[in-house]
Amino acid sequence: MISQVFILSSKGDHLIYKDSLSVFLLQSHKDLHFVHVRQGGLYWVATTTADSSPFTVVEFLNRLTALVKDYCGTLSEKSVQMNFALIYELLDEVVDYGYVQTTSSDVLKNFIQTEAVSSRPFSLFDLSNVGLFGAETQQNKVAPSSASARPIQSSREQGGKSEIFVDVIERMSVVIGSNGVLMKADVQGEIRVKCYMPSCSEMRIGLNEEFSIGKSQLRGYGAAVRVDECSFHQAVRLDEFDSHRILRLCPSQGEQTVMQYQLSDNLPSAPPFRLFPTIERDNGGRLLMYMKLRCDLPPKTLSQELSSPDQSAELKPQSRAVVWEIPRFPGGTQLSALFKLDVPGLSSASMLEVGPVGLSFELPKITATGLQVRFLRLSPVQPGPSQRWVRYVTHSDSYTIRV
Amino acid sequence: MIKARLTLFRLSAATMPYLGSEDTVRELRRALCNPNVQSDQLRYRNAILKVIRAMSQGVDVSGLFSEMVKACATVDIVQKKLVYVFLCSYATLNPELSLLVINTLRKDCQDPNPMVRSLALRNMTNLRLPSLVEYVEQPLTAGLKDRAASVRRVAVLGWAKLHNLQTNSEIDAAVVNELYSLLRDPDPVVMVNCLRALEEILKEEGGVAINKPITHHLLNRLKECDIWGQCEVLRTLQRYRPQSEDELFDILSLLDASLVSPHPPVMAATLSLFLSLCPGVPAVSQAALERVRGPLLATCGSVSREMRFTALCHIQLLLRSLPGLMGAHYKRFFCGYAEPAYIKQRKMQVLVELVNDDNVAMLLDELRGYCTDVNTDTAQAAISALVSSCVILCGLGAGHIGRSYSDRCLEILIGLLGLKQEHITSAVVQTMRDLVWVCPQCSDTVCLAVEGCEETLQDGQGRQALLWLLGVYGERVSSAPYTLEVFIDGVRCEASLGVKMELLTASMRLFLCRPAEMQDMLGRLLHYCIEEETDICVRDQALLYYRLLHCGIEETRKVLQGRRSDPSLGVLIGRPAEPISQWACSFNTLEPLRQGAMETESASRGSPEHVTFDPKRNNDPSDTLNCGHDEEALHSGSDSAIVRTDSTADVLGSSLTVPLSLSVSPALSPEEFELLWLQPQVLHTEQGPEKMKADKDCVCVEEHVRCPEILHCSPQSLQAAMQLVNIQTLAFTPPHALPLRVYLYTHTQRARVAVTPHSTLILGELLYTGEGNQKVGQVDGGVVVVEGREDEQMKEGEQATADGLSGRDTGRTDREQDGVKVTLKQHPRDENALKGFLSILTTVLHTLSSESD
Repeated sequence: MISQVFILSSKGDHLIYKDSLSVFLLQSHKDLHFVHVRQGGLYWVATTTADSSPFTVVEFLNRLTALVKDYCGTLSEKSVQMNFALIYELLDEVVDYGYVQTTSSDVLKNFIQTEAVSSRPFSLFDLSNVGLFGAETQQNKVAPSSASARPIQSSREQGGKSEIFVDVIERMSVVIGSNGVLMKADVQGEIRVKCYMPSCSEMRIGLNEEFSIGKSQLRGYGAAVRVDECSFHQAVRLDEFDSHRILRLCPSQGEQTVMQYQLSDNLPSAPPFRLFPTIERDNGGRLLMYMKLRCDLPPKTLSQELSSPDQSAELKPQSRAVVWEIPRFPGGTQLSALFKLDVPGLSSASMLEVGPVGLSFELPKITATGLQVRFLRLSPVQPGPSQRWVRYVTHSDSYTIRV
Repeated sequence: MIKARLTLFRLSAATMPYLGSEDTVRELRRALCNPNVQSDQLRYRNAILKVIRAMSQGVDVSGLFSEMVKACATVDIVQKKLVYVFLCSYATLNPELSLLVINTLRKDCQDPNPMVRSLALRNMTNLRLPSLVEYVEQPLTAGLKDRAASVRRVAVLGWAKLHNLQTNSEIDAAVVNELYSLLRDPDPVVMVNCLRALEEILKEEGGVAINKPITHHLLNRLKECDIWGQCEVLRTLQRYRPQSEDELFDILSLLDASLVSPHPPVMAATLSLFLSLCPGVPAVSQAALERVRGPLLATCGSVSREMRFTALCHIQLLLRSLPGLMGAHYKRFFCGYAEPAYIKQRKMQVLVELVNDDNVAMLLDELRGYCTDVNTDTAQAAISALVSSCVILCGLGAGHIGRSYSDRCLEILIGLLGLKQEHITSAVVQTMRDLVWVCPQCSDTVCLAVEGCEETLQDGQGRQALLWLLGVYGERVSSAPYTLEVFIDGVRCEASLGVKMELLTASMRLFLCRPAEMQDMLGRLLHYCIEEETDICVRDQALLYYRLLHCGIEETRKVLQGRRSDPSLGVLIGRPAEPISQWACSFNTLEPLRQGAMETESASRGSPEHVTFDPKRNNDPSDTLNCGHDEEALHSGSDSAIVRTDSTADVLGSSLTVPLSLSVSPALSPEEFELLWLQPQVLHTEQGPEKMKADKDCVCVEEHVRCPEILHCSPQSLQAAMQLVNIQTLAFTPPHALPLRVYLYTHTQRARVAVTPHSTLILGELLYTGEGNQKVGQVDGGVVVVEGREDEQMKEGEQATADGLSGRDTGRTDREQDGVKVTLKQHPRDENALKGFLSILTTVLHTLSSESD
């Protein structure tokens, strides 16, 4: 039971406020609880009573942010401000009298009348996708990462692209001990479908045939693609999953997570990055940190960059951290850096305080588990031009290397 | 998760008018009334958009109500929706004008387009005007039978809203029957809405009837609902009691799939239902908990940080009953580098619970890494987590492994001291103090470690801990007297009251074991505290010690050298598993999330509103300055009014197990106090040292405390003294009037390690009837002219003189006959907390009344 919904900017300004039950507010002000999630730099707040389920309220707020993102294209203070009428309309349909009615975009699309106003500021980055003199470059074959950041409804009116994106997203959390031993490696993965097709009756996603769940199961002859646990969206039909590893579903407009899986510890491949740090004090009382970072991914013939990439390093006194930014890091190469720090009152004990090294990265076109989408079929075959994209990406949830 | 800042913000939006809001409204009105705008649909819609925008920014646009009512009559659905948003917000302010809308709305209810019908019906019920009820009922009744499911959904909830508007009115049986029959509606949302509406309408009868046919109907249709509907159904079913065991197991097997649902809300709701369906079958509940382990762990790794946090809090609940549930998965609780502090701290709390022989090496290594976290709170939490695991290891410690790892733990802590970081050193010293209390075997290592860390310690809490260690283990720390000397030399500039008190006690203790080194500086300290110190508590403590020294060294030793450790506390930490029923009712509510917040609040030491009385340390006044209700104590013939006796220590003993902290917030108004105080009393005022009569959740205690001089304290000083220990005095009789009455209250909180803190409210009345003989002494310049026995000398407190009364007379009463009657009421009942509170109160009263020299 949700009493009110607010969307607040990062500074706490009111962007959206919907009171579904003001009578209650006055009666039991003290028992009112504020539950909020933070997404897109905004606070999404719901007020509720103590006995309501936190899982439900948090999930509702998350779902609401996803809906707003679907309808407005992006999540930001600006897009929410520009589309407030749309969001009020959305909220009106989603919550009635504090009860969640529906959050399915299939149902909602029949009710939502207001059109989204896209806020796409001019950006130089957009130009980077334009090939030199119109030439077809390597990059043009890959869907730009911003391609799916647009309102779902625009497709209907613009009549243009009917696209479908299947994203395999994995998040790694890794701890490597100071002796280089892998202490923990977890992968949380999901397959997300983002659909811009006005109508799509059925979609079949074929995964690796060797995909196996649990420790005992082994399939196929090649290297098994194994996960510990796996769960599917309600709408996924699994009748062909056991035999052929095919997921069948009717995607609704907007974004939805079709499958989630986890893998703990036994990764099929070595962790992508290794670090060889040397930390010492020099005579002048300075801290010397010599870092050698290796990327153990298979080298790719196409994206060889011989010159040293334009890196930068910065000392952040507030968080007491040195931030080393590496824009591109091809597989199979090694980078090194020497940081000299003047630390007042440096003692031998202070060396204990150095570390850990946290890496945050995004590995495109790679999955840590080795999960692949074999094929993506739509039936019936879409009339007119339609585009299907399959994208793989591995994020670092937390990649910690102790020194 | 509960943000105070949000409430703050809402106030500011409501009270602070935006600059130029009147201009804005005038501008908007002009736009709305412009016929050119009205004729152009897009421009009209834009003008209305502007109104809504202004509204959501906090501008008061209620003046535009009549213009907006006109805008309502349109065929443009977008415009209609916008106008309704406005009308629903301001209808209660303009009930008369709202009548004009109802016609449009009723017409819309006949519209062929179901979207228009549902929209009209929804907003008709959202206007929340009792005067409109008569116009709404007919469309609602029609709505229940509408062809379109979307209209039926709205109509069903509409009845609940209507009932909410006029809660006193008779419930229409026909409507209720109709709603029950709609449970069989083909649309699942209509079905769930019926449940919700019936639950509200029949609230007084205990909600919707959950009988066997309904239950099985709902269970069979569970799969059709979306996750919100499923949660609602599962929640409602918690009231159902299966009639036979077979039925129970049928239901459970039907629910098995939702138990491992990938959607956390469904999983949590199902587990909740499992726990409430079979409270008598622990094996089933336990199997269910093991089954949800996978989904819960997956939720812990969810993308949404808030969801992770929620899952972590609930895992903590589960661990209370099944400590071994997550043992093999401890790595899942390693903190991520970029995780927010609130998640890190929760994870550490969980990690500590998971320590066992297999993972201890990895865990300690991991925790060590967190100790140098940039966030000081996280670092401190990590250090206390390290110590808790050390205590657990000491507990396991019979084996060789436990021992060697507790040494490793200490090694890490000592290594941290080497960092010379202020907050780390402070946290380490504080946790070391706690450690030696529980694990005395660690004291040797600790004694070596504390040497030399006084330079890095800046905060009061840390220095207090160091002083305590120096006082208790001073004979083993060679540099202890020199460290104390630095403190004593700097006592003049010392701001913290706690440090001064601790310094006094530590110096006294050290004096007992190393008199030669300490004598001179102790003298200086006592002199300063008695002659120059302005704080009454410090002065009293110094006076007490001074008099104690007069009684001889043996007496002093008896008072000051209490227990140094309490290994039995270690057992408390490795507590036995609780039955599941203990927490089952709070599962899947906001309760587990709040508990942690309170835990961290009480764990953040040194917050000004929480004075922690940690009775496990002998240094606090409740322990050393004890003069209970013992007759012996008063007859013992000593010239000090304060004598420690064993019996009072026993009374305290039961409260010693947990630290007790008092807090005056949330504040209680005099009216609320009166209401609570006058609730039916179950107390019998019989004679006797202590009477207790317990009601269900409230307890009343009456006690006599001997402190005759209380009369001579001015109410101000009494109030000030009480406030020091976080007891709020609400009302008192005029000074020197008889009988003297004081009303006070406080909130107690006992923070047990990793167990939910227990909070109670204590109300109290002090009554001093002064039935003893009153003799009047002459006061001259604050010194009492002595009459009678030596031991009845007293010096009138400065405040008492200052409070403007004649200031020249003071009463002296016969000690044997009088006392202050203390009546205490506590909600809910918690005897240990009450005893702890009583001892604190007694101490305060004695400190106040022992102003003699």
